[in-house]
This record gives sequence, C-alpha cells and structure tokens, in this order.
Amino acid sequence: MNRYWRLFLASDFLYRFHRDRVALVSFSLLLILVAVSFSAPLIAPFDPYDPSQIDIMDSETPPLWLEAGDQRFPLGTDAQGRDMLSTILYGTRISLTIGLFAVLLQSVLGITLGLIAGYLGGRIDAFLMRLADIQLSFSTLMVAIVVLALFQAAFGTELYNDLAIFMLIMVIGIAEWPQYARTVRASVLAEKKKEYVDAARVIGLGKRRIMFRHVLPNTLSPILVISTVQVANAIMSEAALSFLGLGMPVNKPSLGSLINSGFEFILSGSWWITAFPALVLVVLVLVTNLLGDWLRDVLNPKLYKE
Amino acid sequence: MALLEVKNLEVRFPLRQGELTALNDVSFTLNQGERLGIVGESGAGKSVAAFTILKLIGKPGYIAAGEVRFEGRDLARCSDREMQQIRGNRISMIFQDPMMTLNPVLTIGEQMVECLHAHQKIGAREAREIAVEKLRQVHIPSPEARLQQYPHELSGGMRQRVVIAIALLTHPAVIIADEPTTALDVTIQAEIMELLLELCEQENLALILITHDLGVVAQTTQRTIVMYAGHIVEEGPTSEIINNARHPYTQGLINALPERTRPGQRLNQIPGVMPPLTSIPSGCAFHPRCEHVLPICRSELPDYSVADGNRVACHYVAQRETTT
Amino acid sequence: MIAFLVRRLGQAMVVMLVISLVSFSIQDNLGDPLRELLGQSVSESERDLLRERMGLNDPFLVQYWRFLKKAVQGDLGNSYFFKRPALEVILEKFPATMELVFGATLIILFLSVPIGVYCAIRPKSWFSRAMMGLSIVGISIPVFLTAILLIYLFSVELAWLPSYGRGETTVVLGFWQSGMFTRDGLAHLLLPSVALSSIMLPLFIRLIRSEMMEVLEQEYIRFAWAKGLAPKRVWFLHALKNTLLPVITVGGVQIGTMIAYTILTETVFQWPGMGFLFLEAVNRVDTPLIIAYLIVVGLIFVITNTLVDLIYGLVNPTVRLAGGQR
Repeated sequence: MNRYWRLFLASDFLYRFHRDRVALVSFSLLLILVAVSFSAPLIAPFDPYDPSQIDIMDSETPPLWLEAGDQRFPLGTDAQGRDMLSTILYGTRISLTIGLFAVLLQSVLGITLGLIAGYLGGRIDAFLMRLADIQLSFSTLMVAIVVLALFQAAFGTELYNDLAIFMLIMVIGIAEWPQYARTVRASVLAEKKKEYVDAARVIGLGKRRIMFRHVLPNTLSPILVISTVQVANAIMSEAALSFLGLGMPVNKPSLGSLINSGFEFILSGSWWITAFPALVLVVLVLVTNLLGDWLRDVLNPKLYKE
Repeated sequence: MALLEVKNLEVRFPLRQGELTALNDVSFTLNQGERLGIVGESGAGKSVAAFTILKLIGKPGYIAAGEVRFEGRDLARCSDREMQQIRGNRISMIFQDPMMTLNPVLTIGEQMVECLHAHQKIGAREAREIAVEKLRQVHIPSPEARLQQYPHELSGGMRQRVVIAIALLTHPAVIIADEPTTALDVTIQAEIMELLLELCEQENLALILITHDLGVVAQTTQRTIVMYAGHIVEEGPTSEIINNARHPYTQGLINALPERTRPGQRLNQIPGVMPPLTSIPSGCAFHPRCEHVLPICRSELPDYSVADGNRVACHYVAQRETTT
Repeated sequence: MIAFLVRRLGQAMVVMLVISLVSFSIQDNLGDPLRELLGQSVSESERDLLRERMGLNDPFLVQYWRFLKKAVQGDLGNSYFFKRPALEVILEKFPATMELVFGATLIILFLSVPIGVYCAIRPKSWFSRAMMGLSIVGISIPVFLTAILLIYLFSVELAWLPSYGRGETTVVLGFWQSGMFTRDGLAHLLLPSVALSSIMLPLFIRLIRSEMMEVLEQEYIRFAWAKGLAPKRVWFLHALKNTLLPVITVGGVQIGTMIAYTILTETVFQWPGMGFLFLEAVNRVDTPLIIAYLIVVGLIFVITNTLVDLIYGLVNPTVRLAGGQR
C-alpha cells in the first residue's frame, strides 16, 4: 500500500492536478460541499424538520443583507419559517447521498454485466448489448418518471414518502447500467486482444481470475471518468424528479424538492426560497462535471464519448 | 537547373518536454525525371522531410530555418493559399496506408474529380473522363464502375492504385511517395513499385521515395539519401550506396540485410537503438553506436566530405580519406 | 437493406408489445374501473355481476388479448377525468408537444453545427474557449432551472415574453392546432423552446467539436490537404460528413431524453401538451390516460429510433447492406 501511495504522489496525475487551477478549485469546492452537507446534523443552526424549531411567524424572511433580514436566518426562511441555510445543508446531503449510492449501484451492475458480456462474448454478449441499446434509447428520466409515477399512484403518497430515497436510488441506479456496461465491455474487448491475456491463459489461470485480477484494473480509468459525470447526472435526474413531485417529499427534501417548493414564490417576491437551493445545485453539478472533464483529459482523451 | 532544391532545412517541434529538432540542416536536390530515395529507420525524419516540402507538418511543428526552392519560389515562405495551388497540382503525394488515405464516406469518383476541379476549370463530364483514363493507366479493371464505388469496396492493392491515379491527375512535376508499400501484402508491394516505376518513366515524373526498405530503394531509385536522427548522413547514387557504403551507419544497415549473412550465422545488428529526437547525443548523433568512434565524434557534428558524387557526414571517413 | 428493415421492424414490434404488456398490467392493478363508472352507491352483488359481464374476472392473457385488439383499433378506454376516449385526449395535445420539440430541435440544429464546427477548426480562439466554458455550465443547469430563470428574466423582470400557456393558436390542415402561425403563438413558443434546448445544445456542441477534432486528425483529411483542396471543402465535406455520422446515432438516443424533458418544461411553463397532461393524470390516478400516454410515447420512441437507424444506414456507405457492386 505504501508503495502505491508513493507512486501516486510522484505521478503525472498529481502533477497535472496541481497545475490545473480549475481542477483544484473544483475539487476543493466539492470537498467543502460534501464535508459541510454530510455534517449537517452537527453544524446546521437549526433542524428544519423538527416542528418544534419552526415558527410560522418567521416565514418568508429575506436573507441577511436585505432590509427585513434576520440575523438568525442568514439566507432567509421559506414559507413555513424554516431556515434556508439549514434546509439547504440537509437537502444537499440528501442529493449527494442519492447521487453517490445510485452511481454505486449502476457501476456495480454495469461493470459486472460489461465484464461478462465482454469476456464471454457470443450470444450472451449480443443479448446484453441489445438490451443495453434498447434501454439507452429509453432515457433514464423517462423511465424514472414512469416508474415513480406509477408507484406513487399505486401505493399512495404516504408509503411513497417513506420509501422515496430508496426508490430513487434503485431507479436511477438500475436505469443507467448500460453506460458502464458498454464502456467496460469496450475496454475488455480491447484488452482481450492483448497478449498478456493469452499469456495468463496459457499459464492456466481461470476465466474469472483473469477477468477480475488482470483485465479489470486496466479498465479502471474509463470507469473513473464516467463515474464523475454519472454522479453529476444522477444528482440532476434526482433534482428533476423531485421538482416534478416524484422524488423526495417536502418534509425530507433534496435540493430539487426545495426548488420546487420555492417555485411559486418567484413571482411574488420571495426569490431566495428557490434561488439559493438552485445555486447550490448548479455549483454542485458544475464542479462535478468540471472534475469529470479534467479527469477525462488527463487519463485518456479518447476513451469516453457521450 | 534542379527541379526541387532543399537547402539547410531545419524543422522543430516545441513539446512539453522540450523542443525537438526533427530535421537538422537537411539539404538535397531533385532533378527533372529523377528518382530519389530517402531511407532510414522509423523516427529518422524521412516523413517529416516529405511533409515539410508541402508544408503539411502538423502543428506545433514549424520550419525554423532553410529553403525549399521549387519553380522559382521558396515553398517554406509561401502562404497557405499559394501552397494550395502547388499541392496536388505540381507536387503530389502518396501516403502509406490507402485505407486511411481515402475518405470512407465519399466515392472514388468524387475523390478523384474534386482534385481536378480544385486546380483547373473543367467540366464535370470531362473530369470524369480524365479520371477513368487515369484509372486505366494504373491498370484498374472496369474503371467506369469504380467511380461509383466506395473505398471499402476495393482491395488494398487497388486502393493504392487509386491513390496513385489521383496523384497523377494533374500531371505534376514531382510525386512524393511516403512508404507507399509498407501497408500492403508482399506480393502487391512488388506490383505497386513496378507501376510507380512505369508511370515515372512514361510521364517523366520526378519521384521522392521514402522507405525503410533498402530492397525497394535498390530497385527503383537512381540516388539515395540516408537519414539518421534528423540528419543526412550519406547521399549518393543508389548503386554506390548499396555496394560501397561509406558511412558506418549505412554500412550497418546494408550488413543487417538477411541476404548479407550466410545460413547458420547470426544476423548482423547495429548495437543500440536510434535515440529519440528529444535527446539526440551531442556531436555526431550516431557516435554511441558506432564502432569507429573517435573523440571528436562526441563533440562536433561532422561536415560533409564529398567524393565521386557521394557525400558522407562522418569524422572517421573524413580522416581516413585525407590520409590516403 | 430489406433484411435490415425487417429486423428493425421486428425489434420495434417486440418493444411495443412489451410496452403494451406493461401498460396493461398497470391498468389491471391500478385504480378500479368499476368504481369510476359506477360510483360508491352500487351494491356489492350488482358490482360483481358487472364485473363478470365486463370480463374483468377472465384470466390475464384473455384480458390482455382483448386489450391488444382494442388498442390496435385505437380504443384505449375512456379517461376517468375527461369522460372521453383517452387516446383522443392525448392526441389533442400532441401538436402542442410536437411544436415545442420542433422549436427546440431547430435551435439545436442551427446553433450546434456551426458552433461545434468552428470550435473544432479553431480550438484556441477566444470564442471557442468561451463556448466550451459556457457549455459546461449549460449542461450543469437542469432544464427546469433554465426554464425558471428564463421566466424570471424575460417575463417578470423585463416583461418581454409571456410565461405560460400557448397563446393564440390556429387550426392547420383541419386538425392540427398550431401556435406557429400567429405572432402571439410564436411569442409563447420562444421561451419554452429555448428552455428545452438548453441542456442538449451544449451537449451537441461539445459532441460535434470533439468528433470533428478527431476526424481532422485522420489521414484522409491530411490527404485532402495534400491534394490542394480548398479549406471549405475539406472542412465541410470531407470532415463534416464523417463527423455527423456518430452525431446522428447520439441524436437518436437523445430523442428519448428530450421527450422526458418536455414533461419538465411543460410543467414549468404550463404548456398544454402531453407531458403536462400525463402528470395531471398521474396525480388523479386517471389510469386510461396514463396508459394512453405510455403507448403514444412508446410508439414515438420506437418510430423515431427506427427512423434514425434507417437514416444512419442510408448515409453511412460502409454500413450499406445492399449497395455494393463488385
């Protein structure tokens, strides 16, 4: 382990990272957002979902620097009197959680299927790829909307709200496996042609071992590139779903639901209820995308095509 | 009066690791109807020399010094517009792999006719007739049908013939062929080289043939240039180079040919490898691998010593020949 | 060519069958048609009788077959809310959504190709760098946020453009309700189209740029230069044709995404299209309408994907199956 760490420190990778200001800034911002949001229970000034801490008299207070602002609520409050700063912290936490777990699910699913398809080839490969093609043509968002809508219609909003976070992770996770599968499969096919695989086979190593111990490490860089972009996409998809009312409920909102609940107040003047969550969402996604772009340039310019 | 004169050409590539000199003080001439070969290992700078003549070196490469005199102009100083009129018109080029050279989504006909339209005022029908005529000249059967076909529908050998036909469309003065047979099957290689030879003689074309294959050079060219690490190390009539090489590197190349060893013997190798262009040794670039190395070789680039129409850049040879 | 078509059509049929199966299972399990028809005050035994008469107790496959037969004839049941044939209700809103998609597609086509090509040819110019920067920001802003932003800017602050609905529409060709032939209609169409295109435009700009840059590195482009061809021809024929091929493929996949995004856009702008209707139907548990939407959208997907594949096969000579003469 120590040796790998030393190699990493001395690598070209770290060198480029240092030099590229955009990557540095993006990564720091991301780190801050993640750290801050995951420690929300510790650092948020209020718990916005504890009814005893909310006073409806505080509702629609503008942010600190405006006239009617209140020191207790630096970013203002929403229509129920909840502190915006706290809701955003908790909301970011939920958005990130869903994004990360969904990507975890799709990557595990996709990598496994991609490895199988690529390594075993033949009919299994053809079948899996056809499936992937068809699934890709039905956009994730569409499938998610339909599935979640039906779920909600069938089981009612009560049950739905409890399961929302789980459902979101499942749906986004399962819908996006083709991206990973395709990329991994392409890598596997390229590696299969290389001689070290033949060498390993000649020595007598079993298929699974070759696949996991030898081929997989070489497919890691495209996987890494995709993962960042997929996290960004997952967060965006979840935000869209929550905005439509099919995602996180109002009492346990993600950034998307926050934007949704603030939408109606744009025209009546309380712009901050939507604006701040929106800003955080955009920054979060932007930073992740920038990192993904940078990773792609550094690791291999030609390997990932949208 | 030489047709093409390259004088003291220097081409550099600024890279992240430092600046790379791909061509260092390269000079040679080409006369009308003459066939010149440029040989050397991969990375020696042969292709760069060819591309530089037509100013086709990819960015970030640039011409740092020197001249390329052709038909009264210095091509190195010409604008893109002026070069457009020379390329494919007065000087044509043939690349290595015909599958990559022809655009897969355009028909053969389109790719031929556009060359004519680019340089002459000519009607569509007349252009097609000329195209068919050229296809016939390169011995492609049923030429009219070929015009409608796409590159992937032809075999490798036929594709290269098409590329040659395209090169001939405008009756250029010079054809530059960059490894024209390397990507082809051995049997086809011979056919293509014969075709090139035949056409050059027919149309009195000057040919610059770039290759690493000494056998091809021996059969086709009249004079040969040997390059090493961006530098010309020897030049002379092809027969002299093959039979009487003077530069240690050229001798090494000739000796390494399988024909030069007896069965059962090990093949003769030149020890070491050619240095990457980013770290060329000081003095004579070949000195780390040379068995005749002298102290001066490490510090000074040798001048050319000329004898019997050959020129060689070697301290050892120069020394030996002044003492005899 | 024929073999290709047959295969694609077969695939399309399979997909439609799956969609119809899914839709039917939904219908079977979601909501109670009887309740909608009769209300609460009918007795249990009468309900059971009706159930038997309507064939709701028959085995799954029998009901499914019945469903398919009716579906093929265009009968997908009546919307509970509108009390009219569901298919009719959906198709009424079809022009609205289609015009929105059309507007967005126009914007994407007319902007992404020139900008993408320019950025590929002159990647270091300030314009290209600006475009690349903007495009990353563009793909990071979700559609609905762009929509909200546009409304805030152009409707609330500047009051230049309307923020909801379709405005004035006229009936074209006897049945298509179009908003494109009146000034008011076009004013209403502008912001939603821009919003809908906002996430795919940067995507295509980047895609075209990266594809074209790769193409420009190819040997055949170098050869084109060596032939002395004019730059315009090299860029816009030799390079562009090769660039657009993978773009067509991606475009096909993105159509599905765009339809999903219409739901978002229509919601923000209260655009009376199919997507908006679908969400309302979900909220009301109006099952026949939900199913009608699924089937119509499924059909649109399948048709456009097949068309895109076909077009690709026609345009790309290396894929042509029946064209080669030897």
